[in-house]
Amino acid sequence: MEKKAYINPYVAGVFLGFVLFGAFALTHSGLGASGAISRLQVAATDVVAQPHVDRVGYFAAMGGGDRHPLDHSSVLMLLGTFAGGLASAYRNRRLKVEICKGPKISNKKRLIYAVLGGILMGYGARFARGCTSGQALSGGAVLSAGSWVFMFSVFIGGYLMAYFVRRLWN
Amino acid sequence: MLPLDVTEYGKWIGYLIFFLIGMGFGVVLELAGFGDSRKLAAQFYFKDMTVLKTMFTGIIVACLLIFISAAFGILDFSKIFVNQTYLWPGIIGGLIMGCGFIIGGYCPGTSVVSAASFKVDGILFFLGTIIGVGFFGESVDSFSDFWNSSYTERLLLSDWFGWSIGATVVAVTILALIFFYGAEKTEEYFRHPLRKFSWKLSNARYVMGGLALLVFALIIWGKGQPDAEKKWQALGGQYQSTLDARDVFIHPLEYVKTWNDSSIKLITLDFRTKEAFDQFHLDSAKRVSLDDLIKDDFIFDLAQLPAQGVVVIVADEEAQAVKAWKWLKVQGVTNLYILENGLHDWNQIFSGIQIEHFNLSRPSAKVLEQFPKDSYKTKIKLKTNKRAVGLCS
Repeated sequence: MEKKAYINPYVAGVFLGFVLFGAFALTHSGLGASGAISRLQVAATDVVAQPHVDRVGYFAAMGGGDRHPLDHSSVLMLLGTFAGGLASAYRNRRLKVEICKGPKISNKKRLIYAVLGGILMGYGARFARGCTSGQALSGGAVLSAGSWVFMFSVFIGGYLMAYFVRRLWN
Repeated sequence: MLPLDVTEYGKWIGYLIFFLIGMGFGVVLELAGFGDSRKLAAQFYFKDMTVLKTMFTGIIVACLLIFISAAFGILDFSKIFVNQTYLWPGIIGGLIMGCGFIIGGYCPGTSVVSAASFKVDGILFFLGTIIGVGFFGESVDSFSDFWNSSYTERLLLSDWFGWSIGATVVAVTILALIFFYGAEKTEEYFRHPLRKFSWKLSNARYVMGGLALLVFALIIWGKGQPDAEKKWQALGGQYQSTLDARDVFIHPLEYVKTWNDSSIKLITLDFRTKEAFDQFHLDSAKRVSLDDLIKDDFIFDLAQLPAQGVVVIVADEEAQAVKAWKWLKVQGVTNLYILENGLHDWNQIFSGIQIEHFNLSRPSAKVLEQFPKDSYKTKIKLKTNKRAVGLCS
């Protein structure tokens, strides 16, 4: 069967606003993803090089000593996000193994750029102390000055770079 | 009264709530089409402005819900986590992320949803973010000064511009509406370059929706955010038992102990008259009046205190001290205490002290050795997560 069309962006935005408000009303803080990703990384490092986690201050804060890096609410939110995405994709018949890419590049190239982009994104998200969800959405809704400045710099960075990588997408 | 603290119901219930909120988030992102990098990347080529539309609608709707709830006393905004402002690290990090976004096609949250719907590029992007956060942890020590620079604990746009919260809400709503109009016209222009371009907005439902958001924002502005007195009436109930149990009244010796604890930043607010203050005051004290407590600047400064910040109220009369405590409490000042009986007992307690260079306005920690350990009951309990911490940490 044909996959269903995506919903109207503004309607999605209203839903998103209610989810975000619900997050604030129930937990004091909004949504987030990158914190949990950082914890996954520390957990993975913990398995292969546990002393290293204890030594690097930035990692030890999450997984040093007896602390378990995954024992944190942000990790549960990340799992929920995954489950929600899976459920919605299943229901709307969009569950399909595929590679999303522009028409002119090869699969291999697309995947290499996906990893590269992910590395930059992960690095930048920790640099800015939050990603699009934790900083831009959550901080934006509570009028945090830093989050608004951050949000515009993400868009500016994207638009500045877009010209140079146009062959990836067009 | 919101926000609730779901972690109070036990760790696993709290975790369940976080999981469910995450599910809602994942469903919305998937429904909007954010599991597909092509749709996200198209934002940067002006062909599909879904990212901007959904993101800003979400921000504005949540913002309106938060501040209308606060205006009507349903939600205590001082308890809501506001991302700290690290201006320049935020800008640099944002620029890096923008590059990562257009090169890789996702942001962290959307890559999770993409991976969940079996998109191979989404899975690899997500693995990339794990590597990226690792690189950051390894390298941050080499530029930690910069990374911790241009910092303000709680800086709202309204503080920045010197506007009221209501006016700021109206301004960001109008900004979003301008963006939406721009997004619609941009899409029309880039999708159908050959069609005749018109500046007119033809979708009546969009116009109605935009007006509804604006009316909402104007109500928030018109109603205004509650002042300290009103907030106490709405929220005070939850703190009354703490006051009745006298859990916030600290013994002078505990004050001395706190003052000498180098890990604590102590602020002492002295509400006595100018004459009394000039005659004698504690070394760390700052003279203030009740009128100061409703000034935005004053509260703004107290909101910047670190988690190890303790605020102690000194007043001649307990009624005045309690009033100050109430007003500060509902405006979000944490670790807030009252010096028991003001300075009335101060001279007497330290009268028998035999230490060289004893200074009554700043007793050293040595003083404490001259009193039995159980001479007072410890009341100060540092709430180290002063507000909820964000999920990014």
